Amino acid sequence: MGFTVFIILIPLVMFLLLSFGSKWLRPRAAGVIGTLGMTIPALLSYYTAYRYFLADAYVWPVWGPINTFSMEWLRFSDNLSIEMGVMLDSISIMMLVVVTTVSLMVHIYSLGYMKGERGFQRYYALLSLFSFSMLGLVVATNIFQMYIFWELVGASSYLLIGFYYTRPEAVAASKKAFIVTRFADLGFLIGILILSYYTGTFDFNKIMDVEADLAVTTMAGSSFLGLSAATWAMALIFMGAAGKSAMFPLHIWLPDAMEGPTPVSALIHAATMVVAGVYLIARMFPVYLFAAPDVLTLITYVGLFTALFAALIAITQTDIKRVLAFSTISQIAYMMVALGVSGYGGDFGEGYTYSMFHLFTHAFFKALLFLGAGAVIHTIHSNEMEVMGGLRKYMPITHITFLIACLSISGIPPFSGFFSKDGILSAALRYEPFVFGVLLFTAGLTAFYMFRLYFRIFWGVDRQYEKPPHEAPKSMTIPLIVLAVLTCVTGFIPFSFYVSPDIRPYEVYIHWPVALSSIVVGGIGIFIAMWFYRKASDRPAHLAAKLSGFWKAAYHRFYIDDVWMFITKKIIFRGISGPVAWFDRHVVDGTMNVLGTGTLKTSEAIKGSQTGRVQTYAVVFVLSVMVITVLVLVL
Amino acid sequence: MVTMEHYLIVSSIMFFVGVYGFITRKNLLAVLISIELILNSVEINFCVFNRFLYPEHMEGMFFSLFGIAISAAETAVAIAIIINVYRIANNIDVRHIDKMKY
Amino acid sequence: MGELANAIIFYCLAAAIVGMSILAVTSRRMLRAATYLLIVLICTAGLYLLLNYHFLAVVQLSVYAGGILILFIFAILLTSSHGDRAYSHDKGRVIAGIITALAGIAITTWITMKHHFLYGENPALMGDRQIDMKEIGQVLIGTGKYEYLLSFEALSILLLTCAIGAILIARKR
Repeated sequence: MGFTVFIILIPLVMFLLLSFGSKWLRPRAAGVIGTLGMTIPALLSYYTAYRYFLADAYVWPVWGPINTFSMEWLRFSDNLSIEMGVMLDSISIMMLVVVTTVSLMVHIYSLGYMKGERGFQRYYALLSLFSFSMLGLVVATNIFQMYIFWELVGASSYLLIGFYYTRPEAVAASKKAFIVTRFADLGFLIGILILSYYTGTFDFNKIMDVEADLAVTTMAGSSFLGLSAATWAMALIFMGAAGKSAMFPLHIWLPDAMEGPTPVSALIHAATMVVAGVYLIARMFPVYLFAAPDVLTLITYVGLFTALFAALIAITQTDIKRVLAFSTISQIAYMMVALGVSGYGGDFGEGYTYSMFHLFTHAFFKALLFLGAGAVIHTIHSNEMEVMGGLRKYMPITHITFLIACLSISGIPPFSGFFSKDGILSAALRYEPFVFGVLLFTAGLTAFYMFRLYFRIFWGVDRQYEKPPHEAPKSMTIPLIVLAVLTCVTGFIPFSFYVSPDIRPYEVYIHWPVALSSIVVGGIGIFIAMWFYRKASDRPAHLAAKLSGFWKAAYHRFYIDDVWMFITKKIIFRGISGPVAWFDRHVVDGTMNVLGTGTLKTSEAIKGSQTGRVQTYAVVFVLSVMVITVLVLVL
Repeated sequence: MVTMEHYLIVSSIMFFVGVYGFITRKNLLAVLISIELILNSVEINFCVFNRFLYPEHMEGMFFSLFGIAISAAETAVAIAIIINVYRIANNIDVRHIDKMKY
Repeated sequence: MGELANAIIFYCLAAAIVGMSILAVTSRRMLRAATYLLIVLICTAGLYLLLNYHFLAVVQLSVYAGGILILFIFAILLTSSHGDRAYSHDKGRVIAGIITALAGIAITTWITMKHHFLYGENPALMGDRQIDMKEIGQVLIGTGKYEYLLSFEALSILLLTCAIGAILIARKR
């Protein structure tokens, strides 16, 4: 299946074409070319999935990885080199499908959404760059390739968040996203170096070869601060994953990243890039499980806290994209928890399977939510809930698709979110009831804030708009409909048959007690939201007033941003960077300045002696020759 | 008896008189005249060394011969330059030709 | 007898050379300076004759006195529009020059007197040996050891270049 390399190369070619050809291409032409360019990788990915899972199935009965392409990229020494290649296994193919589908939808959607914007060609070029990097990331054959593309998606995310670079908020948000994720990536890089130092390889297959137990045996001996080298390496790698997937406390960049164009938020900050962290953990899962089980526990509790925490904040936000951003954080944390509670082999791998399943379904319904929100923003020209209400009459297609997505994320059958969430909950119950309880509560909160959003946009106050809102153009509604259909049907894919930690298929059933409890909790959330927000009333204000302390704290995102600002500004900048900068400016630079000005002053002073009069030189020359002669003769 | 030293002293006086002229004169042509003196004294030295120390050879004489030719060439170019300078600056005082000084 | 005549002639020439040299570099009139230079050059030719270099003396007279001096006089006449005396001497410079010159003469004289030269095997030769034109001509265009074809040709090219260059520099645009 050598053609798979073109899935990655075509977006790269598109990027080069669009960025160098932007002078000659009309905006519309650039958009159409970019969209067509994305169609081919999407079709190739579907064909790859068909071949791998259905037609050939030549890895039966295990879904082993196959490398369809590989080339040496950098050779450091005889046994250390970095390769670039394409590795196919069930999760990478799943990611290929997700990334290309959502990317294609966003490409089509942007034709309508971004129409008439300045820098339309640049926008499409950057989308192609992002698609290229994300696809390169998911098919990485080795951890270093993954790291390279990991940084590339970070860079393209930075560029797209700062797309409206004339707005200071957008510039600040892009910088924040870049710096926070870079900080996390530092941990990732150190983790990679530790891991490869002990195992002597970057290759995923070699690291994860469970029979050889490479990671376990080679890293058992050494330890640091009471933890083994493997634990350190995997914890640092998780740090990178937490940065990219916006886990507490590195989540602060994601809500601000909503300054970018809405389709970008849908693609990068909901469906694909932010789940890269989950994907990374899943990719390395056997190593985590066998070499560093402590880190898995850490992942579980970090994820659990983040899920609850983000859901609480989401309840209070009024910017609809911020609500969705915190919802994304919460849902990704769900996937993290699922990975953390997962075991190995058969039913025990349920957490892993459903983490990937939730990633899959979440990508579609969260992209749908963002694109629906984008359609609303497109016509209202505001992100604030306060100016919305009663939109269901004006935007029927957006309304219906948004409702489907809300039901799905709330875990109501038969939509896809129900199936994946149910699996996660049952895996959590198997692990520990406490985890299960928190997740269930979070599910209720999720239903509540999603329907709060839904009711306040589409129901609530019947506003009189100056300019009546209108339904989005076809280029925007078609992706909505496609994604809504996907949201309805993807839940029925027998995921455990294709994805499991030990790459052997197994069967799972719906655990009805768990499922029922989640449906009930979801239903309660929805009804409370309905009671509060269905009609215009002062009930929410009353409740907010009663819980004013909590409400205010949650509205300000529990002041985590301020904590970070305190740490960076007060402690790091003032306490460490300040003195260092002073030293640099006054001592290091001072020395150099003295040297420089000293030279300048000296040459100014002695410049006059170089008169340019040959006769003076002649006097000096002849006298000097005589002096030397006398010296030679006398001495 | 006239020995080699007599010639050498005469030529060295000529040389340093040339040096003196080179140092003190302001007129470019006078400077050039001083240079001719210096060259001439050197040529005398060549001949003297040849005649007194190695009378069977002719190298010194030929060196003088070539030296005369070279000084002719040098004078031709120098005078051309001086005339050009005169045209531009309207005098040939070395103190005034300092337009390209720092 | 010959010795004495030689000595007398030498001292006369030496005195003329020294005196005329000093006058040439101190005279304020350029035309006179050139004339003093001419006398110095002619006396130098006399020295060559004393040393029995007849050809060299002829060259000295024809090239220096006949050629270069004419150039000098032309140049002086072309450039001295406001008289020859326009250039005053600068005291400090004159003192520096005098010191340099006197010190230089003293040192060289001292060295010359102190040093013992190894004279040629047969000092008698110096008075007798005439170099005839045929020999000079053959050495000048010969290619063997101690022969100067290459220098001769290089010099001819140098002179040609100088002639062209001088014309190019000095011609009116």
